[in-house]
Amino acid sequence: MDGLAGYVLRRLLFLPLTLLVVSFATFYITRWGPGDPISVYSGQYRDEEAFARVRHKYGLDKPIIEQYGIYMKGLLLHGDLGESFRFRDRTIPGIIGPKIWVSARLGLYAFILTFLIGIPAGVLAAVKRGSWLDPLIISAFLLFQSIPVLVMVPTLVLIFAAKLHWLPAGGFDGLLSTSMIIPTLALSLGGIAGIARLARATTLGTLDEEFVRTARAKGLDERTVIARHVARHSLVPVMTTVIGFSLVGLIEGALFTETLLGIPGIGRFIAESVTGRDYNVILAIVLLITTAFVIANLLVDLALIVIDPRVRATSGGRT
Amino acid sequence: MTQSKTQLDLEAAHAEAAFRMVRGESLTRRSIRRLLRRRIAVVCLAVIALFYAAGIFAPLLAPHGYAEQDLNHSFEGPSMGHPLGTDRLGRDTLSRNIFAARTTTIVTAATVATGFVLLPVVLGMLAGYAGGWVDAAINRIGEILASMPGLPMLVLINATMRPRFVGWVEDAEALGWVKAVKDLLHMPGLADSGFADYFLIFGVLSLFGWVGGARLIRSQVLILRGSEFITAARASGASTPRILFQHLLPNVMPLIVVGASAGMGGIAVSEIGLTFLGVGIQPPHPSFGALISDGAPRTVLENHPELLLVPASIVAATVFAFNLLGDAMNDVITSRAR
Repeated sequence: MDGLAGYVLRRLLFLPLTLLVVSFATFYITRWGPGDPISVYSGQYRDEEAFARVRHKYGLDKPIIEQYGIYMKGLLLHGDLGESFRFRDRTIPGIIGPKIWVSARLGLYAFILTFLIGIPAGVLAAVKRGSWLDPLIISAFLLFQSIPVLVMVPTLVLIFAAKLHWLPAGGFDGLLSTSMIIPTLALSLGGIAGIARLARATTLGTLDEEFVRTARAKGLDERTVIARHVARHSLVPVMTTVIGFSLVGLIEGALFTETLLGIPGIGRFIAESVTGRDYNVILAIVLLITTAFVIANLLVDLALIVIDPRVRATSGGRT
Repeated sequence: MTQSKTQLDLEAAHAEAAFRMVRGESLTRRSIRRLLRRRIAVVCLAVIALFYAAGIFAPLLAPHGYAEQDLNHSFEGPSMGHPLGTDRLGRDTLSRNIFAARTTTIVTAATVATGFVLLPVVLGMLAGYAGGWVDAAINRIGEILASMPGLPMLVLINATMRPRFVGWVEDAEALGWVKAVKDLLHMPGLADSGFADYFLIFGVLSLFGWVGGARLIRSQVLILRGSEFITAARASGASTPRILFQHLLPNVMPLIVVGASAGMGGIAVSEIGLTFLGVGIQPPHPSFGALISDGAPRTVLENHPELLLVPASIVAATVFAFNLLGDAMNDVITSRAR
């Protein structure tokens, strides 16, 4: 376990460095482009003298490196993420918190749906291998995985809202309403197909294992063999691997789903903040997502190490 | 001396050939033959070829220009003049979709060439073969890039850098020799052609795209570096570039092909997404992102669903074909041991 502890420590030590580089890169990119928030909001016919004064007040006239130093000092010493230029007198956590909460719950729905349908579908497809259904099932999975969220959302709206009039075409009235069905479906269909493909592959691998043969030889009926022995063995790696991927997919999917359907979540907010040049808000969101990514990846790797002794043997010594 | 060197070189070549034979690999030809034996792969190749042909020959195929407006005939159904009808501004739907395929063609081709072939090969082989601090530096940069949230970063970079980028292109065009070359080739204005948008998109997609491929190639090079044919080649006095390009490159080629074919769909979708969010290809230049964005509003969906369905089905079919082909390639190339 000593190697493992060292491995975790090294990965954790790398996190601040990653955040430092990412924060500087993001900081530089946001400030380097022409047009700052003050010029976006002051419009075309502005008083140059007042414009310069406001820019000076926010320190936007200083060199970028110096601005970065001031920002990092505030962040590290006082946990200060700066001020939003679009929403005055509100802290950044206060602005993005509720939006993340909306997206997180939407993401959770999609996530649960993905696992509930994806895993059984994959196991079923593996068990049915060799039948005439097999290529059909695999192609269907790949087809759903191939349809981008951006195409999926308007297509679902077209079918269920514009033609069938079963569901609202967008908007947001609470997380327990019919308006959540389309975004949840749009966010999860691709993931369901992806998980099902992965679950099918790992289950196929497990079906050839000796302990499965033993279980069958013991005279257990096929249903018990699949549910107790095969599924349990092959799905743990699927679940851990996919959690990392899903996080990425959900955030990217949220950008399109929320923009298309008018859901006040973090995805739509990212798009709005970028066009509004709301530097500090963008920076805070990027840093937050990066931290979440790095930690999620670390947890996934750790889970794999804990679950699978073979991974432990290789990662302990070398990495 | 020279003769013994040639002798050793020959032996190295034999060892390498034997190494490949053991792994059941006579490379390209065999892979292609196996690929063409699969009906699905052939269908996918046909779909993709059709798509690229439409993109390349767009100016010849499209019945109208992509920006040609006819406000007296907006939102019209299919007719002789407009086989797929017209949009809000009376622009021909068929032509706009064909020109959108051109955008996808340019972006995917350029991004695959740079971000999925050139950068991964150079950086992956360098990291694997040189080792030491070069390896560490390339790995760390890759790790940092991989831990950044991809799409939000792409949106951010495109949104903030585009104006500056367009400025650069205009500056470059003002240079005397560039102007001379352009006049000589009868090229249209680069800044007006949307060149900056294409270049920026392909640039950022390549920047974030190389990491996975480079890692794969690096690990393959690490394995091969210790193998006998490389030792033999080195013993025979082959120079480093010769080892890299003559001996190692052919052996990492399958990985590159698999990676590139698996990446195509993702690249196409990224461009479409960025354009949809308003930070990709700018109007009036057509892109499937813009077409979907035009077709998605509620009122358009209810009255003219074809404006969404045409681009949506083209995108879904093409990405599906890319992914199926990528899968088939992966099967064919990685299962050669069997």
